Amino acid sequence: MINTVYRLIAPKSIRADFVDLKLDEERIIIRPTYLSICAADQRYYTGSRGRVVMKQKLPMALIHEAVGEVVYDPKGELPVGTHVVMIPNTPNEKDDIIKENYLRSSQFRASGFDGFMQNVVSMRRDLVIPFDYEPEVGVLLELMSVGMNAVSTFKKHAHDRKDAIGIWGNGNVGFVTALILRKEFPDAKIYVFGVEEHKNRYFSFADDTFIINDIPEDLQLDHAFECVGGRGSEAAISQIIDYIKPQGTINLMGVSENPVPINTRMVLEKGLQLLGNSRSNYDDFKKSVDMMANNKDVREYLSTIVSEMVVVNTIDDMIRAFEDDTYNDFKTVMKWEI
Amino acid sequence: MIYAEILAGGKGTRMGNTAMPKQFLMLGGKPIFVHTVEQFLMNTRIDEIIICTPEVWIAHTRDTLKKYIKDLSRIQIVAGGATRNDTIMNGIKFIEETYGLNDDDVILTHDAVRPFLTQRIIDDNIEGAIKHGATDTVVEAFDTIVHSVDGKIITDIPVRSEMFQGQTPQSFNIKLLKEFFENLTDDEKEILTDACKALVIKGHDVHLVRGESYNMKITTQYDLKVANGLVEGQKI
Repeated sequence: MINTVYRLIAPKSIRADFVDLKLDEERIIIRPTYLSICAADQRYYTGSRGRVVMKQKLPMALIHEAVGEVVYDPKGELPVGTHVVMIPNTPNEKDDIIKENYLRSSQFRASGFDGFMQNVVSMRRDLVIPFDYEPEVGVLLELMSVGMNAVSTFKKHAHDRKDAIGIWGNGNVGFVTALILRKEFPDAKIYVFGVEEHKNRYFSFADDTFIINDIPEDLQLDHAFECVGGRGSEAAISQIIDYIKPQGTINLMGVSENPVPINTRMVLEKGLQLLGNSRSNYDDFKKSVDMMANNKDVREYLSTIVSEMVVVNTIDDMIRAFEDDTYNDFKTVMKWEI
Repeated sequence: MIYAEILAGGKGTRMGNTAMPKQFLMLGGKPIFVHTVEQFLMNTRIDEIIICTPEVWIAHTRDTLKKYIKDLSRIQIVAGGATRNDTIMNGIKFIEETYGLNDDDVILTHDAVRPFLTQRIIDDNIEGAIKHGATDTVVEAFDTIVHSVDGKIITDIPVRSEMFQGQTPQSFNIKLLKEFFENLTDDEKEILTDACKALVIKGHDVHLVRGESYNMKITTQYDLKVANGLVEGQKI
């Protein structure tokens, strides 16, 4: 069939392209229902990735966070109409030690190839997971899986004393990571550190929230998560190093376009571990699908960070969603009706 | 039930010297009509797809579908008629004989040679036909429309903002469409080459569904070249 793919061709410019889609036995055809915009998409949309990267990657369909409905499964394993989450990380080899999301051979939607802004999406059978709750919340599964990836790494590498955990950054990644930590470590004190007080208020499940220039001096943390990224990374990591106890882990999650200076003297003196985190794999998605299924409150909390739902019938609607997103506190979701 | 009727009745005379009706010509890696059928197959609300094709091409149509589509259980092939309206009515007759007609049955009639339609256009047609009884898919006219009765001098230039270009699907409540066709005189049938026009002339509202400029009809060799230029292969 002829599939319409909505590709970014230049900053703020989207065009309908057409791809001759094969109906392969190993692939399932999914009609996207909800897509959410990530900061990474926004960096492409506005052109802030820089001319070299833009020239190399475009034209390319954006969005790597999406759920959809099965419309065609040639093997009949997934019934038509099943809600599924689509995994954007596409591994091309198996490795017993290294996770798929870190293999250099893996490809990623809306980074190495077309994302989910398509009429229908042809997905590899092993990159689709069914779920049976509201897709309006399910669309946040990819975001959740990124938090899940970081928390899994944290569980594997951090020492056992996890009485107080700090999360720097009160945006989407901070929210979802704090929420997962709340569920995984119910006895730990979860503290959130942010710049905007009104955003801190969304973190009702945390034990306390702080504005970054008003942190009690005697506060101490066993471990910390940096969910800031960009130009704020340096200040956030610096503050974490000040407040963290010896041999804690600093779990880095914020993306920065530029190198970030770190006070390595204090990292050495305190014997800290810096753990890098990026994206997620199948297992992280599966755990996220299950956590949402088993915790109604998790779905409720996550619903509160959908700042705006834009119904998309036209390319102009897509543009509006991306423009609005720059002003929204949390997630902008596109209800895909194109 | 919701039916899609793919009108592949044309013999492709406008295509020039091609040996086959235009719907069988290749677009990318598949014949044009296969792309069209697959788009309807991907819509979960469509219960059955009826392909109307010239009688001598029925076997060829079946063979071709088998090569590209694994599960043909939702697809039926029916002989087309002498005119577009006859073809539509042949499909409806088949539906009536095979499944029976219910008051809320809806049919989306679509040109086999418009493979660029989208799921949104299909969804909007289904909704429109259920809600209003009849819909026509259109795009705003980009060019000024010039009306000339004799083809030599301008009779009129209609206001462009009120002009739209008709595409397909055209979608109907089946019983409503059948009733209108049956009440047409032979003279009316002669001039009413468009199903929607039959309803409009008899005073029934036909609602507009927004099409897409690229939902084009592949009618000439030029169209086919343009269409093939637009389509690229799947990379991953």
